[in-house]
Amino acid sequence: MSILDFLRARKKAPTASIAKERLQIIVAHERGQRDEPDYLPALQKELVEVIRKYVNIDHEQVQVALENQGSCSILELNITLPDR
Amino acid sequence: MSKIIVVTSGKGGVGKTTTSAAIGTGLALRGHKTVIVDFDVGLRNLDLIMGCERRVVYDFVNVINGDATLNQALIKDKRLENLYILAASQTRDKDALTVEGVEKIITELAEQFEYVICDSPAGIEKGAHLAMYLADAAIVVTNPEVSSVRDSDRMLGLLSSKSKRAEEGREPITEHLLLTRYSPERVARGEMLSVEDVEEILSIQMIGVIPESQAVLKASNQGVPVILDEESDAGQAYSDAVDRLLGKEVPHRFLEVQKKGFLQRMFGGKE
Ligand SMILES: Nc1ncnc2c1ncn2[C@@H]1O[C@H](COP(=O)(O)OP(=O)(O)OP(=O)(O)O)[C@@H](O)[C@H]1O
Ligand SMILES: [Mg+2]
Repeated sequence: MSILDFLRARKKAPTASIAKERLQIIVAHERGQRDEPDYLPALQKELVEVIRKYVNIDHEQVQVALENQGSCSILELNITLPDR
Repeated sequence: MSKIIVVTSGKGGVGKTTTSAAIGTGLALRGHKTVIVDFDVGLRNLDLIMGCERRVVYDFVNVINGDATLNQALIKDKRLENLYILAASQTRDKDALTVEGVEKIITELAEQFEYVICDSPAGIEKGAHLAMYLADAAIVVTNPEVSSVRDSDRMLGLLSSKSKRAEEGREPITEHLLLTRYSPERVARGEMLSVEDVEEILSIQMIGVIPESQAVLKASNQGVPVILDEESDAGQAYSDAVDRLLGKEVPHRFLEVQKKGFLQRMFGGKE
């Protein structure tokens, strides 16, 4: 271990702030999912199957999200097509 | 009017039973007729924490099945006039508790008692769901640690959507957060999430912050709820939480690092 590494290791990063940041992200994500209608995962799966008839994509390359804006909701579809 | 309060968490081993025993005893100490109900089927433990394990004859499931009356199954606390315990069954049958059965017994208890405290099992499955289903208020027990905080958030979501109140479109369950096993020393060193951190992440206020304390193990060894150890930090913190539950405004204690005395510093004080 070099002297620099040693000094760095001694000045411990405050891990609580890392925990807080990670939790804020995951909690926001999970709260978003909680309000989603139950059919969203099934919708995503079927969409992947349809697109697959034409292009070879993975499940992760299709993202479906429902955003609520006042009285209406927007269904957002994000499909990443592979490199040509 | 009677109030049904569930003590729940999602994650296991965070301090639900310790909290149920302390809060229930605290309410009885203040003159409220209270019963603490153990919902942890197969893993009965409240009886040990309350020190009445040798007096359990009938349990929750016996009453549901009609093998005993409620009054036969209720165990009266030896220390406090107003305090009763209903033990969980040790059966391995996971379906021993039913929605109808639980509803019938809890409604009957609500007629007799001012406070019905439901000690939930861990998890978010059937047992935990039954424990919270009829609640008017919830105490979500959390440790300042990532998985516990995340699970608490999931539990808060379930409380707002899966209760009888939610189903009937009534006012939702009143949610309280109780942070326990808190170590101000570790927070000061940046090793542990602080009270403010957890409040900010979950956007919910604390009904109590209970320090990590040797008094808890000492109390459970003896079968005495820790709130009866009035000298102890944890006992006093629980006592404040009970006051807050009853609507009093009480400042939080034990959030700062305790300065060690000269002798403690010399001989290495215990944390
Ligand atoms: N403030 C505290 N300080 C120190 N130890 C504590 C504190 N609170 C709880 N504990 C300890 O944590 C352990 C778990 O507590 P408890 O049984 O109350 O948790 P639980 O949430 O009911 O667990 P389960 O999910 O298994 O029902 C026990 O050994 C208890 O003594
Ligand atoms: Mg327990």
